[in-house]
Amino acid sequence: MSAASPILRMRDVRYRYPGASQDALAGVSLTVGPGEFHAVLGPNGSGKTTLVRLALGALIPAGGTSEILERPARAWPRQELARVVGVVPQREDNLFPQRVRETVLLGRYPHLSLWGKERPEDHAAIERALAACDATQLADRWVWTLSGGEYQRVRVARALAQEPRLLVLDEPAVSLDLRHEMALFELVRGLVDRVGLGVLMITHDLNLAARYADTVLLLSEGRPVAAGAPADVLTRETVERVFSWPVTMQSVDGRPQMVPLRQPKEPVA
Amino acid sequence: MRWMLLGTVAVLALLASVVLGPAAVPLSELGRSDIVWNLRAPRAVLAFLVGGSLGVAGAGLQALVRNPLADPFLLGLSGGAGLGAVIALALHLTGPWVLPLAAFAGALAALGLVYRMGLVGGAALDPRILLLGGVAVGAFAAAITTAIVSLADAAELRNAFLWLWGGLSAASWDSVLLLVLYAPVPLAVLLAAARPLDLLALGEEPARYLGADVEAVKRRVYLAASLLTAAAVAVSGVIGFVGLVVPHIARLAWGHRHRSLLPAAFIGGGALLAIADTLARTVVAPRELPVGVVTALIGVPVFALLLRRWTIA
Repeated sequence: MSAASPILRMRDVRYRYPGASQDALAGVSLTVGPGEFHAVLGPNGSGKTTLVRLALGALIPAGGTSEILERPARAWPRQELARVVGVVPQREDNLFPQRVRETVLLGRYPHLSLWGKERPEDHAAIERALAACDATQLADRWVWTLSGGEYQRVRVARALAQEPRLLVLDEPAVSLDLRHEMALFELVRGLVDRVGLGVLMITHDLNLAARYADTVLLLSEGRPVAAGAPADVLTRETVERVFSWPVTMQSVDGRPQMVPLRQPKEPVA
Repeated sequence: MRWMLLGTVAVLALLASVVLGPAAVPLSELGRSDIVWNLRAPRAVLAFLVGGSLGVAGAGLQALVRNPLADPFLLGLSGGAGLGAVIALALHLTGPWVLPLAAFAGALAALGLVYRMGLVGGAALDPRILLLGGVAVGAFAAAITTAIVSLADAAELRNAFLWLWGGLSAASWDSVLLLVLYAPVPLAVLLAAARPLDLLALGEEPARYLGADVEAVKRRVYLAASLLTAAAVAVSGVIGFVGLVVPHIARLAWGHRHRSLLPAAFIGGGALLAIADTLARTVVAPRELPVGVVTALIGVPVFALLLRRWTIA
């Protein structure tokens, strides 16, 4: 689909945590190019977060390669990498109270020199990122007064302020209500289509991934089960096997949608 | 505006510590007075440098161990310094620089021990272990110190205890010069870590993804802040609360961004200690209070107010 050279390319990656008896991840290959939205799906403990850490060079693969712009992820100086890849991690803390604009400013740090002050283009990038995430009106609020949905938009804005070519999101919709969840996926899809951002999203929400992503990779116990277009990967048999629960599949906008079935009651003897 | 105010306070604090004192020196004699030039002036400058170093070290360590209650002396340095000084006294070592050098050596030993404990699994410096290790090493050193004190001659130990509680009475231009030559390197290292320290407030993984070289930053900040504290303890004993309270006051006015917070903590810490030392010299003149007593008397109420503020917010 994309002729442009990939931003992220992982080939046959394998990793085992120190002291573990089996690989946390093995045999995983993945390519993300500009203007592509990839989702990585799988149950809890299937290796999704390990995959992100390997992709970003936070872990060194025991086998295979993980490259960003054709350079091993681990070889990138962190500051340089942060100008290419923006991450919305699953968790973060705020040790000290902060306003929204200040936290988005942190996304400009990869672009600033050791002693240099922020330049006009940094402030411009912050305002653009806030606007793209519909968060301009939040700019002067304290971060701790935001709702969960507003906070996620601000965190995406901070990653966009990095002006990355690849955006990585780790379970971004957890604890969001319906409207904010949908708004977040619309936002991410819009960025992919409008500015050609590459997106790698970790999620266990099959239905939203199927609706918004171009390709999905389904992981189970650290192994790839299937990869490709949502309609090809998310079949009833595969989903039931990976998630160990009976489901039925429907189609909305030509994308598969999964409905989990109720457990049949044991007949009373 | 904030900087003007802080600068004015600092200049006034330095002036006051030169002008005020138990010996009445007429204003017209100030420029020629031996007391002013060789006693009060070096003492004021030393107080400023030590207070500033403690303020910066405290601000850096609070961000590093991700605990707003961290104090530069929490990480075992005061215990190590005290033990070093008491050992020197117990061995009847004498000489003008024996106590400072022994305290410095003790602080460095504690620093090395805590640092080694913090390097779990070979490479990653774990801030939680730094904190716990610091407390443990400090307690261990204090136990040995007490053992030595309980076996030794009482008279000379009064000196050791007073010295430990902090005092600038041994200040001289030599000690000022020493600190002027020593402090800029760790100060520059901390200032250069200002932006990564901002990022660390989010947690290590988010900081890494925003471009911070987390492990290197943690090592540099811990070593630089501890080396500053070790030097401070060597020239002036354990002066508590400056490193704890000053960063918090600076955060109220400058926010949490270390690029302005660290310089503000330096000037603010310097001004606070200059004022505290002036009070220590003058309120019970001709006797003198340990300056650590004065900083604690000022610092604890201020800190209690800060805690109140937090619980309300």
